[in-house]
Amino acid sequence: MKPIRPKLCLRHQLAILCAALGLAAFGASTAKADEAAAAPVEPAVAATTVAPAATNDLAALLAPLANANFAEKEAVAQKVAVSGHPNARPTLAAFLDGKLYARSSDGVVVVAEAVEGGEESLALTDPVTQKSLGTEPAEGLSKIGTNNSLRKSLKNLLAQIALTDPDPAVRLSAVKESMRALDETTVASFRATLAAENDTKVKRAIEVGLALADLESPEADTRLAAVRALDGELAPEVHNRLTTLVTPAEDGTLAEPDERVRLAANAALDNINFWRSVYGAAETMFFGLSLGSVLVLAAIGLAITFGVMGVINMAHGELIMLGAYTAYVMQLLIPDNHGLALLLSVPAAFLVSGAFGVAIERGIVRFLYGRPLETLLATFGLSLILQQLVRSVFSPNNRPVSIPEFMSGVWQVNDALALTYNRLYILVFSLMVFAALVAVLKRTPLGLQVRAVSLNRPMARAMGVRSAFVDAATFGLGAGIAGIAGVALSQLTNVGPNLGQAYIIDSFMVVVFGGVGNLWGTLIGGMSLGVINKLLEPYAGAVLAKILVLVALILFIQRKPRGLFPQKGRAAEGH
Amino acid sequence: MSAPGLRGGIERFGNTVGRVLNRGGSAAAPRLDLSHDIILYLEGITVSFDGFRALNNLSLYVEAGELRCIIGPNGAGKTTMMDVITGKTRPDLGSAWFGQTVDLLTLTEPEIAEVGIGRKFQKPTVFSEHSVFENLELAMAGNKSVWRMLFAKMTPEQHLRIDEVLETIGLKDHRAARAGSLSHGQKQWLEIGMLLMQDPALLLVDEPVAGMTPQETERTAELLVSLAGKHSVVVVEHDMNFVRSIARTVTVLHQGSVLAEGSMEQVQNDPKVIEVYLGDGGH
Amino acid sequence: MENAMEAPRKLAKHAPPTPYQLLMRNDLPSGLFLTVLAIVTVLVPILHLVVPEGNVLHLSSYSVTLIGKYMCYALLAVAVDLIWGYCGILSLGHTAFFALGGYAMGMYLMRQIGTRGVYADPVLPDFMVFLNWKELPWFWQGMDQFWFAMIMVVFIPGLLAYVFGWLAFRSRVTGVYLSIITQALTYALLLAFFRNEMGFGGNNGLTDFKDLLGMDLKQPGVRIALFVATGVCLGFGYFACRYVVRSRFGRVVQAIRDAESRARFIGYRVENYKLWLFTFSAMLAGLAGALYVPQVGIINPGEFAPINSIEVVIWVAVGGRGTLYGAVVGAVLVNYAKTVLTDALPDVWLYALGALFVVVTLFLPKGIVGVLPDLKAKIDTLRLQRARRAR
Repeated sequence: MKPIRPKLCLRHQLAILCAALGLAAFGASTAKADEAAAAPVEPAVAATTVAPAATNDLAALLAPLANANFAEKEAVAQKVAVSGHPNARPTLAAFLDGKLYARSSDGVVVVAEAVEGGEESLALTDPVTQKSLGTEPAEGLSKIGTNNSLRKSLKNLLAQIALTDPDPAVRLSAVKESMRALDETTVASFRATLAAENDTKVKRAIEVGLALADLESPEADTRLAAVRALDGELAPEVHNRLTTLVTPAEDGTLAEPDERVRLAANAALDNINFWRSVYGAAETMFFGLSLGSVLVLAAIGLAITFGVMGVINMAHGELIMLGAYTAYVMQLLIPDNHGLALLLSVPAAFLVSGAFGVAIERGIVRFLYGRPLETLLATFGLSLILQQLVRSVFSPNNRPVSIPEFMSGVWQVNDALALTYNRLYILVFSLMVFAALVAVLKRTPLGLQVRAVSLNRPMARAMGVRSAFVDAATFGLGAGIAGIAGVALSQLTNVGPNLGQAYIIDSFMVVVFGGVGNLWGTLIGGMSLGVINKLLEPYAGAVLAKILVLVALILFIQRKPRGLFPQKGRAAEGH
Repeated sequence: MSAPGLRGGIERFGNTVGRVLNRGGSAAAPRLDLSHDIILYLEGITVSFDGFRALNNLSLYVEAGELRCIIGPNGAGKTTMMDVITGKTRPDLGSAWFGQTVDLLTLTEPEIAEVGIGRKFQKPTVFSEHSVFENLELAMAGNKSVWRMLFAKMTPEQHLRIDEVLETIGLKDHRAARAGSLSHGQKQWLEIGMLLMQDPALLLVDEPVAGMTPQETERTAELLVSLAGKHSVVVVEHDMNFVRSIARTVTVLHQGSVLAEGSMEQVQNDPKVIEVYLGDGGH
Repeated sequence: MENAMEAPRKLAKHAPPTPYQLLMRNDLPSGLFLTVLAIVTVLVPILHLVVPEGNVLHLSSYSVTLIGKYMCYALLAVAVDLIWGYCGILSLGHTAFFALGGYAMGMYLMRQIGTRGVYADPVLPDFMVFLNWKELPWFWQGMDQFWFAMIMVVFIPGLLAYVFGWLAFRSRVTGVYLSIITQALTYALLLAFFRNEMGFGGNNGLTDFKDLLGMDLKQPGVRIALFVATGVCLGFGYFACRYVVRSRFGRVVQAIRDAESRARFIGYRVENYKLWLFTFSAMLAGLAGALYVPQVGIINPGEFAPINSIEVVIWVAVGGRGTLYGAVVGAVLVNYAKTVLTDALPDVWLYALGALFVVVTLFLPKGIVGVLPDLKAKIDTLRLQRARRAR
């Protein structure tokens, strides 16, 4: 598992870093995935639980199914499982899902699935070749039924097949799957595969499974060894099993008669609990930082317009919304490649929202400099217009923006810690946007001029800075970043006309909390608000946590009106 | 409010409520005690902004009834000093006492105004949407609690007092004019008039003659001189001729501390002062 | 004060009079407004009750409720104008006080339902029975008493405003910062009132009211009584505000608006002035909310939405701030436009409202009532020129 996922992760970080490189990597990884799927699946280990089947002819094996009773069906399934045929697994999986049918006309066993729109006919697939056989009316097919016990053994068989899969990730998930319901057959198959297993993670997982089984042993020493083997294991099954082991039943009897085992189990449990809480904290932290990164993304454009220029832009949320809709439109333009569409929508959203921003500055804001409350009202009116515009152009309903492959999925760090890729990427992305913005303000001529104008407008003008241009550019920059934030948000929430409204108050609070005119304050403010929110959530629930944070912020601003990192000195005193 | 008895009742009630609501109100600050003839003590005042020391161990004493001029190049800390005295800026170190009993560093701006320190800003600040008359009315000494103001009625004495001040500041003909429509010099005068209405023991006057015609400057000088004795006056000014015309004691500030102090001649002949003014590019 | 104004009036002519001076010297608009209000308060009941249905002059109950609603909005707008127009405090959370007053009234009306609810519980309102609550929460105690509920109508908004203002004004939170935290306040309340656990009916709010003081709310007489009460409250609220802004307190408050630190150096405890004005304004808003709820028949958390508060601000801006009567004009005009437009062209309303914000701030900083004197002056000069030419 580990050897593959981190590679993907790194590769996809690059994908975000640079569009061109990312595209290449994306292509390559898809190609790789295809390759893996196309590669013939060979039995990796010779020592399978059952003797190899005499025949590889899957079709012949399946043929009796049409008229078999449950016992016979189970026997057929056994044979299929050990046949080593590359398509044995999908066939059994279809059987388990109740998608295996016998065609009445010729008695051939097929996989049939309902097709969209056609209620009467089913799409057929040949289980042997996995190729399509066209459609067939439902009357011409009879389902090959299953019952509970058959389904159970089908599950077992599928797990066993998976245990011999060449891909360690598949084997690992198979082990974990079977660990949930240990029985003699699984234990037997575990023991059989353990020796041949060469992947350390899979091996460890099998050992854990066996140790769990050993806990049932009548020998106290075996149980003791098993408990020791389970020490430090984070899987929930282990935790539950050990807990039941040491917890007295209601009548005071103990599940574990031997005191040594109980002591060892307690020690192991303490250790496990400690690590689980560590990883739990790490997960909360990750969720907090993820929420914080969203807040930072949403607020950072505002930090420019509000913090650097002193302009209140209530339409900021709607600029975020426009960015999200840009992502939606890009997906409509490039329907085949969502990854490419998403990557391209970053610059596109920057341009769209940035252009709107420049228009807002030139059309409204510049007439209202020095009158912040009026600016607030005018831009609020604008936000209403933009919302309604989006409702008219698109629809009042939410629009779907699908998540490209590389953004979906979970990075399972270990049994107690799983990080979703989309949140991870957005966290990294927001940090990069922040870094880029700081670089623009610190290292480019535009940044120099922006800072000059924000410190002393008349002096900057006297030095030849075109302050009108700088104002428009600054506003455009802030707006453009709001657009980029919208693209990121489109991967997390619904894209609708009200998207922006939900973030405007939060964004202002982040900027004010961090300290107006201080980008680092915005970063730290946003991240800490996110973490605080997520820390409160388990105790207070999501809504109450948000209320508590808001109230705490109101109180905080009243204690320190200039935020966490106030601008100091005479300039900040004002007159 | 027709019956006087009812009105008195309401006012008395208002005062009681007001005192409770104003968290002590005027009772907060002790009375001014001038038993040692010194009205203002500034000792070891240090104020830093982001590492820049606006005031550096500044010590200054002002006698009761004195007219003191403070001069110094730009950035010497004159305005910051006024900010400290009036409670706008809190120093990092040092102490500031008003008379023997009032610790200025523990009071807020309105409390400091109440114990008897009035201030005129460098840039004239008047209430531009109010009439000249109303500006003076607002500055009038007395209890300024919320409830008092809600039921306040002008007494004939107060009316006379305002007329008097209008006369003094030469704005009698402009009493109903909007303060914002006055000329720069007239605004300066109005602000001085507001100081007079406040009737403070100590007046802090920041650049009173900036933007005034020579005649206006002369009248201002006369006014300030006439105020001294009854009030203590501290004037910060750049205009050397003006300072020469009114000053008895001059204090020179430089880089946040006192460079020299004495009569105008003494100060002008002080080699340190000459160096600061000429060495730094002069004035 | 008055004689001070009388003396050299001719000299003041060259200076443009402030809205405040206009109000002082010549308070025609306020008089006009109070007269119109009195006429409406008398005439509407007659047109509704006395004039028979079918007659052109008959006012439907829909219209009566609508005008009553406008009057509640007008009172709310006056409250906002009092702090924004006269003290420069732009509250973006004033409908929070409006809604709190409304909830207090709603709680009284809920308890009046008694056993006529769906679950017929004599004490618990339906939603509490639905949530399986066994006892009435402490904050619902006493709300069955009309007098107590009416005290709460002004006390709760006043208390919230006092606590909030005490914190905010003492630490000198001003301008945009204050606006944003008032918005955060109403947003926090919005989220809180959506929660069922709060005990205010959650999402659905309070509704299905039956009686007020034992009288059926659906009866025309009760509807008219509510209408008249609203008119009277608006009149008295307006009058109280006018008294406040014309007192020396009002002049101090405007001085604070124009030069806060100057006021402080003169010796005014600025935070106290702001605090009391803000609290008074919140109480008026609460009163408006309490009058609003029985007329529309529902109060729900949606009333806390930040956009509502900003809409109130735009009513005031449209009418002309710092005049009180401008706020009334703005509230009635904008809401009338809203009623007409949302009915005829629902999609256009938000465009129109948005455009109103932009146009008013850019081109009409003094609002409609500020335009009229300007217009009159222009017409006068035109006439004068024409007369000269004719000569």
